[in-house]
Amino acid sequence: MSEQTTDKRVREASRRHFLQAGAALAGGSAVAGLGGSGALAESGNNLPPNVPEWMKAPGAPMGSQPYGAPSTYEKGVIKNISKTLPQYISASGRTPLQDLDGIITPNGLFYERHHGGVPTIDPAEHRLMLHGMVDRPLVFTMDDIRRFPSQSRIHFLECSGNPVYTKPYGKTASDLVGLLSCAEWTGVPLKTVLNEAGLQAGAKWIVAEGADAAALTRSIPIEKCLDDAMLVYSQNGERLRPQQGYPLRLLVPGFEGNMNVKWLRRLKVVAEPVYSREETSKYTDPMPDGTAREFTFYMEAKSIITRPSGGQKLTAKGFQEITGIAWSGHGKIKRVEVSVDDGESWQDATLQEPVLTRALTRFRLPWHWDGTPAVIQSRAIDETGYVQPTLAELVAVRGVNSFYHNNAIWPWRIDANGEVSNAQA
Amino acid sequence: MRRLDLKLALLVSAIAAVGFAAQAEERYGIGQPATQAEIAGWNIDIGRDGSNLPPGSGSVERGRVVFSEQCVACHGDNGQGGIGDRLVGGQGTLASAKPIRTVGSYWPYAPTLFDYIRRAMPQNAPQSLSNEDVYAVSAYILSLNGIVPQDAVLDAKSLAAIKMPNRDGFVSDPRPDVHDH
Repeated sequence: MSEQTTDKRVREASRRHFLQAGAALAGGSAVAGLGGSGALAESGNNLPPNVPEWMKAPGAPMGSQPYGAPSTYEKGVIKNISKTLPQYISASGRTPLQDLDGIITPNGLFYERHHGGVPTIDPAEHRLMLHGMVDRPLVFTMDDIRRFPSQSRIHFLECSGNPVYTKPYGKTASDLVGLLSCAEWTGVPLKTVLNEAGLQAGAKWIVAEGADAAALTRSIPIEKCLDDAMLVYSQNGERLRPQQGYPLRLLVPGFEGNMNVKWLRRLKVVAEPVYSREETSKYTDPMPDGTAREFTFYMEAKSIITRPSGGQKLTAKGFQEITGIAWSGHGKIKRVEVSVDDGESWQDATLQEPVLTRALTRFRLPWHWDGTPAVIQSRAIDETGYVQPTLAELVAVRGVNSFYHNNAIWPWRIDANGEVSNAQA
Repeated sequence: MRRLDLKLALLVSAIAAVGFAAQAEERYGIGQPATQAEIAGWNIDIGRDGSNLPPGSGSVERGRVVFSEQCVACHGDNGQGGIGDRLVGGQGTLASAKPIRTVGSYWPYAPTLFDYIRRAMPQNAPQSLSNEDVYAVSAYILSLNGIVPQDAVLDAKSLAAIKMPNRDGFVSDPRPDVHDH
């Protein structure tokens, strides 16, 4: 058989398969409120004692998906992108946290925040320039960057505005804190590359600049650059996606998302911050007295229950696993406590190994729902002893216009029908 | 012995001068020297003190024209905002229940206004304006906020000399600011 014929057969087979799956989707109706991954209505034809139709003919042949995609039955599990944004060039899209398990965010569902759209960068024509207070100003190709000793580490990334302090609050976990994802990152420690150029005395900050249409610019303190900052070219085993900074991004674990400059083209070593728009007029935290906090780098400890969570429905009394995620920009999660009685009492959740520094940590608590209304919530405690606060505690200090770094506990209300909603909305 | 001491002293002072443990690491000889011309083309950031501002100047009058051609579609006829951020007004509102953050009320340093406009604006064609037009449109936005007069012409020196109303409005991060239950 010629290659051409094989290709044609593959295409036809996969088209048939797609049409079958599509027909099944169109014919079924999703269980109300269960997000994207709801089960389909059952025809009964494929259930015992019958033999399922997918056993009576060969499935799709090898090669029908040169780059794999999720089952067509999971096509509702996609990024949560508002349809009413004022514009989509400087905008964000959220991870569907309530539809995911474990701690690693699939690359296609990783949250996005762009300030000038997503550039299409030819890696052969991408350069990283390292200059300023260095002995040897250098330019690196992507091949150069990949020649350095590499390292892989798992870290979360979170946007600082996740969520805001004011109503309307989101309905789902994704609406609330979906500007959060976690991946295994591979690259070179920034300090290794800095050593190549030689830092001069008095070097205190590094200005990082992206090669996007916003030429996004942030100043990073030198201590962080010499600690765990990385130049990253791969995410979850494959090259970065364009939305995540292909071909090169900065990673400053535990610091607010926008500092992890994507499409990184330039590092300038300096004595003081550049006071760019992003670190003065934009990503600063207004306070009730009219001042604003600047250089608020760290994402403090936080957690959220992802199941059961807003928009979902408990379909039966009895055993229900409560599960969610916790994270801290200051290190490891030490403990997660869960309350199922509107904050009256708290019990320790089980932490799923591995519990990693500045990474999502999955927690679980077995629960028996008795069918009566309940309010459930989680709170994280990190290795510094910091306890995740309530929204009221945060607002008492910061007011409602602080916008960024809201790490409040978010309770979910479960009504007698099993419907789950945001208890603070 | 004396020689060894001298060597040791030199080593110690070299480490102290650099001040970072990273310097002791092996170098790999990776990367090419960046030429002055390469650096000059990409070194676009402007300090809050106006350092690295380019030669040239621009008037409020010219800025009005540039603004009407390049900016009003997103920022409104008078900088009142739209798809893009509001640029004008809001002075005196930051401590109120409804703070309005604009260039006039919130932006702390005039030179970084030049920096941001040049690097990122207009959104559909960043880095397309001449330096003169960036000075001009900066001057126009500042004049709309009453920070420079309507006949102002700004260059590196005069832009750096402007004191923005909210220059002293920023404080360092005091967190953790909410304590245990």
